[in-house]
Amino acid sequence: MVRSKNDSIFEWICTIFIGIIGLICVVPIIYVVSYSLTPMAEMLKRGGFVLIPREITLSAYKQVLSDPNMTNALKVNVWVTVVGTTCNLIVTMMLAYPLSRPDLPGRKFFVKMIVACMIISAGTIPTYLVVKNTGLVDSLWALIIPSLVTVYNFIVMKAFFEGLPTDLFESARIDGAGEFRILWQIVLPLSLPIICTIGLYYAVSHWNTYTAAIYYINSQEKMPLQVVLRRMINQATANEVSADDVIPPETLRMAAVVVATAPVVIIYPFIQKYFTKGTLAGAVKG
Amino acid sequence: MSQATMPRVINAPSRTKRFLRALKRFWPLYLMMIPGLLFYCVYKYAPFYGLQIAFKNFKIRKGIAESKWYDPWWFWFARFWQSPSSRMVVYNTLIISLSKMVVGMLPPLIFALAINECRFRGYARVIQTVSYLPHFLSWIIVFGIATTMFNEGSGVINQLIKSLGGTPIPFLTSNKYARSMLVITDLWHSIGWSSIVYLAAIMGIDTAMYEAARIDGAGRFRQIWYITLPNLGRIFVVLLITKVGNILDGGFNQVHVFMNDRVRSTIEIIDSWVYTEGLGKMQYEMATAVGLMKSVISAIMVLGTNALARKWDSALW
Repeated sequence: MVRSKNDSIFEWICTIFIGIIGLICVVPIIYVVSYSLTPMAEMLKRGGFVLIPREITLSAYKQVLSDPNMTNALKVNVWVTVVGTTCNLIVTMMLAYPLSRPDLPGRKFFVKMIVACMIISAGTIPTYLVVKNTGLVDSLWALIIPSLVTVYNFIVMKAFFEGLPTDLFESARIDGAGEFRILWQIVLPLSLPIICTIGLYYAVSHWNTYTAAIYYINSQEKMPLQVVLRRMINQATANEVSADDVIPPETLRMAAVVVATAPVVIIYPFIQKYFTKGTLAGAVKG
Repeated sequence: MSQATMPRVINAPSRTKRFLRALKRFWPLYLMMIPGLLFYCVYKYAPFYGLQIAFKNFKIRKGIAESKWYDPWWFWFARFWQSPSSRMVVYNTLIISLSKMVVGMLPPLIFALAINECRFRGYARVIQTVSYLPHFLSWIIVFGIATTMFNEGSGVINQLIKSLGGTPIPFLTSNKYARSMLVITDLWHSIGWSSIVYLAAIMGIDTAMYEAARIDGAGRFRQIWYITLPNLGRIFVVLLITKVGNILDGGFNQVHVFMNDRVRSTIEIIDSWVYTEGLGKMQYEMATAVGLMKSVISAIMVLGTNALARKWDSALW
């Protein structure tokens, strides 16, 4: 195929353009990481902007991780993320699988009832009162149960299940397998890509949980990472750098930001390849 | 149960019989759904019962049902509209979400097109992966990064301005820039992720169309203009509908994180106001009334734009 000169210029423009967007997305993140690792002396010598530090110091991390507020918040976050994501996935699957079966009576009604929650909502205060009346206020379960199944994730998972070959279920049923067993031994292994994707969505939203915490949690020792981090950032901005600080608050703040981001960034590449697949499944039906 | 196994009657079985038969055959599936359905009933539908406190003089001791109705039922609604902050809050919400909508609509589309046009597939894939990353960072992290970049004292941008001889600009603590900061960080947060939908749609376009266009001598740009873009019209409308439905949201989490007293008057939105007035100052009734108005308007907007889109769709195809 012959390519005209105009076309190749156009391609180069596109290549450069997406390169710039990519840099805009990633440079601030890299900058924060290097800032947290660079010793103050080098920072001052090189005028405050260091993308790749020559020397590395972990002292800021040591201090951040020895802060009891921070370690406590990390524990809260790990618990909420692990327990929360497990509950989310189990309940979402157990809801999506029956409703993906075209022969289930009442299916349309239930699906409509769930999808309607995307359009209507009772609002903050009535929801708060229900959370309160169900005894969840100031309990870590308040970060999990009021957002147990997201409509979007439900739709994506249901669409995926609908695409699975029904013959498989049929033959398993003839062999005498119950529905729970079919879900566990046939549907689950076939749906790993979608389960990974949705599991990641849920896990990230638990790790980043903030709104639910400021709504429903009162005790300081139950506050998740993001709330603690916000307080830290605001404090660091309030008092400017003084000369006798061994580690400037700025560096500490960035170390804390990195600690809070690291788990997301570390698991991200492993699950990233499933994204397009997962979103596509949602796009077809949604 | 024994009735369900009775001789096959030719006329349709009654409702109860059908129900029992379904139950007998599908009970494990219904059993499976119980936790999920219970969740929706308790945390999504039961709160609607609490909406009545928008019309009541709510006493927490007495509970929702026992509290007395207010005489003019619109008392709390009127009180909201008479309060000095109501206009500011509504205006801020609209201006912030409209700006986010206008600014955030095209860049992901252009980005997706450019990714698709790029010849170096490996490179394009790396860029794509990198551009999704901000979506997974919480608003607090984004705020941390934004402070690093835009802080008045030590932010990178202000260091640059200073070294060029200018005076530093208080991006994060001035009413003049607060809304723009929300819009910019929102774009940064979502550009890559929003492009996925477009990329998926582009991949779904029939390649035969491009081949035909190429044989007719259309260049890359014309192919985009006459084939790719018209094919994305539908998905564009779908996204628009969801965004219009969220027009009264404005992004509570982001606003709450970026909030400080110096910028409150420009970025206080409905949801953040409901939070401070309702949960903070325990003015449950007024906050519920405001939330109710917001939900009703949002629902109408979604249904309305959806109906419009359907009309437009049928006219187009």
